Amino acid sequence: MTSQRDDSPALGTAHAIDATGLTRRFGSFTAVDNITFHVMPGEVFGFLGANGAGKTTAMRMLIGLLEPSAGQATVAGYSVATQSELIRRNIGYMSQRFSLYDDLTVRENIELYGGIYGLTDDEIAGRQDALLERLGLSAQRRTLVKSLPLGWKQQLAFSVALLHRPRIVFLDEPTGGVDPVTRRRFWEMIYETAATGTAVLVTTHYLDEAEYCDRLSIMVDGRIAAMGAPDDVKREAGVATLDELFLRLARPGTAA
Amino acid sequence: MSSSPAAVGSEAPRAAPASGAAVWARGLTKRFGPVLALDHVSFDVAHGELFGFIGPDGGGKTTLFRLLVSLFTPDEGESRVLGLDPVADLWALRRQVGYMPARFSLYPDLTVLENLTFYASVFGTTVEREMATIEPIWRQIAPFSGRRADALSGGMKQKLALCCALVHSPGILFLDEPTTGVDAVSRKEFWDLLARLREGGLTILVSTPYMDEASRCDRVALVQRGRILRIDTPAAVSASYPRPLLSVRGADRLGMLAALRAHPHAASVWPFGATLHFTDDRAGADSAALATELAAWLAAKQLRADVAPIDASIEDAFIFEMNREAGAEAGRSAEAGAGRKAGAGTQ
Repeated sequence: MTSQRDDSPALGTAHAIDATGLTRRFGSFTAVDNITFHVMPGEVFGFLGANGAGKTTAMRMLIGLLEPSAGQATVAGYSVATQSELIRRNIGYMSQRFSLYDDLTVRENIELYGGIYGLTDDEIAGRQDALLERLGLSAQRRTLVKSLPLGWKQQLAFSVALLHRPRIVFLDEPTGGVDPVTRRRFWEMIYETAATGTAVLVTTHYLDEAEYCDRLSIMVDGRIAAMGAPDDVKREAGVATLDELFLRLARPGTAA
Repeated sequence: MSSSPAAVGSEAPRAAPASGAAVWARGLTKRFGPVLALDHVSFDVAHGELFGFIGPDGGGKTTLFRLLVSLFTPDEGESRVLGLDPVADLWALRRQVGYMPARFSLYPDLTVLENLTFYASVFGTTVEREMATIEPIWRQIAPFSGRRADALSGGMKQKLALCCALVHSPGILFLDEPTTGVDAVSRKEFWDLLARLREGGLTILVSTPYMDEASRCDRVALVQRGRILRIDTPAAVSASYPRPLLSVRGADRLGMLAALRAHPHAASVWPFGATLHFTDDRAGADSAALATELAAWLAAKQLRADVAPIDASIEDAFIFEMNREAGAEAGRSAEAGAGRKAGAGTQ
């Protein structure tokens, strides 16, 4: 395998993500306020919070698109402050809106991303066949992505984000708008991916999906207000459901 | 056209529009080229009802709403909204309808108050005159009245859009996926607002992909691939789940899923939050006995789990109806040809 791996990771950390005091300010507004957390290899980590709580800003720092104002983080072993280029090459990223090119075929998308990730033509060809076979999409190779049903697009986008076998994949609201069976199939793909040792960081507005995570964090006003295994955070807060906890944290005044 | 056996009420006689209903629809059908977006949809909504259309994207919810608010004309079928025909009486109807499209259009560079004032003026009224109608929502956005719309949070934008849809005191409200992409807390607050409007007697039709919102509706229609799978109260939809349903809770979710799916009586097995839901194919069997049996079966595979009978959620019911529909479709269509092997019928 000849993808560029010569730049050694900044730290000898075994964590897929290691964030310490990570902070981002925009003028006088602190969007992410001193957050510290880690994600282990093979872990499914739910990254939750109300709209505007700072999730997107934190995520943009972790994938190397935004520099922290303070604190530090390593992702896949690389520093977000000094090795953002390497981070982008060594992570997978999928968002509901910006993943695949609608006007390219399934095959063209796979080849494009394979090239961006620095895979050889042979690697791309082999992984493409395996990927399409697994998704049952072999017959759709020449289909334009825009004409695929949403659920297939999501599964394809996820698979493409894993094409270069990253140590961690970021999924930003990956399951919006699909039927309940497709949503669950997607989560089974997430489990299967995690079982191979890849870490998964996922944001979602479906709180039942948060229950599927090994651990989760809930951000409120830029800080992490709760973190742990779903059962543990519920027990600590004395609530029966994550719904209840989420409501209490995000709107302190209104909780019963 | 096909007889579309699954379209609820499609066999109903095409009688004269029932005058009692706020919305009356029979056989509504809409095609876009080769795509059948809406396939002989029939239903009634009573005055004062909060009626939900629940289902995934691409199911036809938006097309249906556009037909009912007179933005599209149907290829087949007809409808009445507040007694008016959206095709023949469109101008009269438009004055009576409040409509919040899925991509609502606020003017980003106008303030909250300016947006609202503009929408009021389009309908020849003023914000002051309509205050009684919009008051519960206005109270929540008033603190931001001088803020530009593009600087609002998602939840606030959504409330402003609702306010704009209400500012001419419509006789009926159509809300197309108002809560999509909005966090759980804002969604709850939005539904609290709808409940208040409903108490005031307003008829509200709302579409959503979030199954958990069904419980906030008087009745729901489960919508999938251009058809209505089912119409009923949320409680009745849950209560009529036709198979024993068990929740299974234990460690090693992936191993447990595989083990449960290998059970000889597994009709379906899916993750549901912290648990797995196991539908047994033995209709009418005693659930408690099945729970004991399943726990023992798992224990024999060294899997320790708590198994208990549970009531179905709307999502369980939706999945069941989807599978039944997919089965019916596989039975009736050679036309679709060789589909995709694993995911056929589920998008």
